[in-house]
Amino acid sequence: MASSEQVTVIEPLRGWRLLDFKELRDYRDLFAFLVWRDIKVLYAQTILGFAWAILNPLMQILIFSLIFGKVAKLPTDGIPYMLFSTVAVVPWTYVSDSMTHSSQSLVTGHAILGKIYFPRVIFPATPVLAKLVDFSIALLLVFAMMAWFRVLPTWNLLLLPVFILMMVAVPLTAGLWLSAMAIRFRDVKFAMSFGIRMLMYSAPIIYSASQIPDPWRTVYSLNPIVGVIEGFRATLLGLPVPWEYILPGMGTLVVGLLGGMLYFRRMERVFVDVI
Amino acid sequence: MKHDVAVEVSNVSKLYRLGLKAEKSDSLAASAATFFKSPLKNFRKYRSLYQFRDSELDLDVEPGPDLLWAVRDVSFEVPRGQVLGIIGRNGAGKSTMLKILSRITTPTLGRVEIRGRVSSLLEVGTGFHNELTGRENVYLNGTILGMRKREVDRVFDAIVEFSGVGRFLDTPVKRYSSGMKVRLAFAVAAHLEPEILIVDEVLSVGDAEFQRRCIGKMESIGQEGRTILFVSHNMPAVTRMCQRVIMLQNGRTLLDGPPHDVVGAYLRAGAGRQAEARWDDLTQAPGENLARLRSLSVRDSDGRVSEAVDIRKDFTVRIEFEVLQGGKVLFPAFSLWNEEGLAVFAAMDLDTKWRGRARPAGTYVCHARIPGNLLAEGTFFLNTALWQWEPRQRIEYHVKEAVTFQVVDTHEGDSARGDYIGGLSGVVRPKLDWTTDWTPGAADDRPSDAVIGAAGAD
Repeated sequence: MASSEQVTVIEPLRGWRLLDFKELRDYRDLFAFLVWRDIKVLYAQTILGFAWAILNPLMQILIFSLIFGKVAKLPTDGIPYMLFSTVAVVPWTYVSDSMTHSSQSLVTGHAILGKIYFPRVIFPATPVLAKLVDFSIALLLVFAMMAWFRVLPTWNLLLLPVFILMMVAVPLTAGLWLSAMAIRFRDVKFAMSFGIRMLMYSAPIIYSASQIPDPWRTVYSLNPIVGVIEGFRATLLGLPVPWEYILPGMGTLVVGLLGGMLYFRRMERVFVDVI
Repeated sequence: MKHDVAVEVSNVSKLYRLGLKAEKSDSLAASAATFFKSPLKNFRKYRSLYQFRDSELDLDVEPGPDLLWAVRDVSFEVPRGQVLGIIGRNGAGKSTMLKILSRITTPTLGRVEIRGRVSSLLEVGTGFHNELTGRENVYLNGTILGMRKREVDRVFDAIVEFSGVGRFLDTPVKRYSSGMKVRLAFAVAAHLEPEILIVDEVLSVGDAEFQRRCIGKMESIGQEGRTILFVSHNMPAVTRMCQRVIMLQNGRTLLDGPPHDVVGAYLRAGAGRQAEARWDDLTQAPGENLARLRSLSVRDSDGRVSEAVDIRKDFTVRIEFEVLQGGKVLFPAFSLWNEEGLAVFAAMDLDTKWRGRARPAGTYVCHARIPGNLLAEGTFFLNTALWQWEPRQRIEYHVKEAVTFQVVDTHEGDSARGDYIGGLSGVVRPKLDWTTDWTPGAADDRPSDAVIGAAGAD
């Protein structure tokens, strides 16, 4: 018994620390169940169920294609607007949805937060993983659109997992920072819908990144969403991968993610006291 | 840390900053200035909620008006296998201590070391989701409470059996009755198998049947030699289950010792709030044009309001009411209910001074003395009513469960339970006169005086 005995030490947390991955491993079953709960509950008592995962981005794509493709006739480097838009809207829908949920995760979960301990980082991480189901379904839409426009997959497609990983890192980073802030300052909730809209315009979703003047390109690409969208376009449509748009964003993500972990862990100790 | 110690709490303290008062401005210009300055001020205010200066962390200095030591320099050790009760009035620091022990919040100062697999149960059904089925919620709740999936697999059938909701296992719990939900949630909690269990007054929710099962389950866990930390208001449960009790007051350990000593002191410290209901504003008080209830309380033999009365002693129910419209014959009455919702008895005013007499307007205070050694241990509720028989029977007011109190046995050997310390059934617990006649049997069986003497000294 002594060998299996675990010792729990509870003391004031001081200083900065990264995530406790060993502890997270001990709680992996719980993590899995919470993710699964989010997935299961999302479309409960709906008629269309998971079809919404396709309908939502599809509607968005149709509207964009009509307004920006047909009416405003935005240049898309020769790609049909609907296709151009699809490969961007699908990852964007994932990013914005999971970012919104992740940032509010501690506030909405405060009842559990005050009643039981488990690694707090599970809260913002859960929606980030759960929304991947929607994303995977929406990916069917992307492939359907590619088939419709007769785009053949290229070797570039092998790079897609890299950009999916990058895509997941965006809401995770934002969630770590924003959920820890949101529990103390409820302003975050109000700033969120506005912030998401701003983010959408800050990334090449309805327009093409090539329209950004060269001197501004690096600054522009510090936004990791730019890299995600450009990466998706290049890998899915078989275009050359524009690393100059992608690498700055990856840098931002690495710094942001590490900083987010530190910040979250530092704030974690007061979550319950400030609800 | 010694190996036979399951929980070691060393000098644990928790400081809270209370909400700061907002500044009031007395002119339009001033309030405009406040308005523009307020984001910064709010930011500082929310920050200051959890940041303390070193000078504020000095335990020996009386804290400022906006600071509160919810727990102040508490230390204790719990040996493996001990059932420890933590008691105290509201605000004594029990809940904060519980939150620290279950890692929900961190201490401001000090350290806790827990040796062994620990589960804390502050609530049953944490994380239950209405859209999920019973089966799914069992898994979810089980893992939230710290079980691994395969552990839930192993006890799943036992949980279902225990909860009795088997037939509805694949129905979303939103279609369950609240009783079924609680039963299922409790079944999950009851199948946790930690070495150390930290429990809150989960027992204060749910119906009496549920509470009894909770206590029964905890008693059996305690008898299995596991360590339990039990935070509670329920004195009968504490005295029965715990081997040792700590009483907190104003965040500090006031007493630490055997249950009957500590619980006894707790009772003597008296003055409960739940044991008195007052209506200072008569317009809001129960009643109509004829009369209104002013207050209802339970008082110990010394006349103090008491939420916990000694099982051996007399106590008093005090009813104060105001007759607004004189000239009617009125009967104050009360009834006593136990925690299972059973009416123990009802009592009508028998005071000969007012029987059958019209009462003039004014304030009336009635006392009814309830003898000691009548009620069993447990929680009781008082209902009170004011009756009028003429011209027709009507009730001016009827207030249900207006006050609650507990009857507690401190196990000193002179109550009806004698030297027995286990659970006893029954609604009443009269202390009877026992006599025994003994006829000597065969000469061999006859005990010598020396043996009787030794047993008596034991």
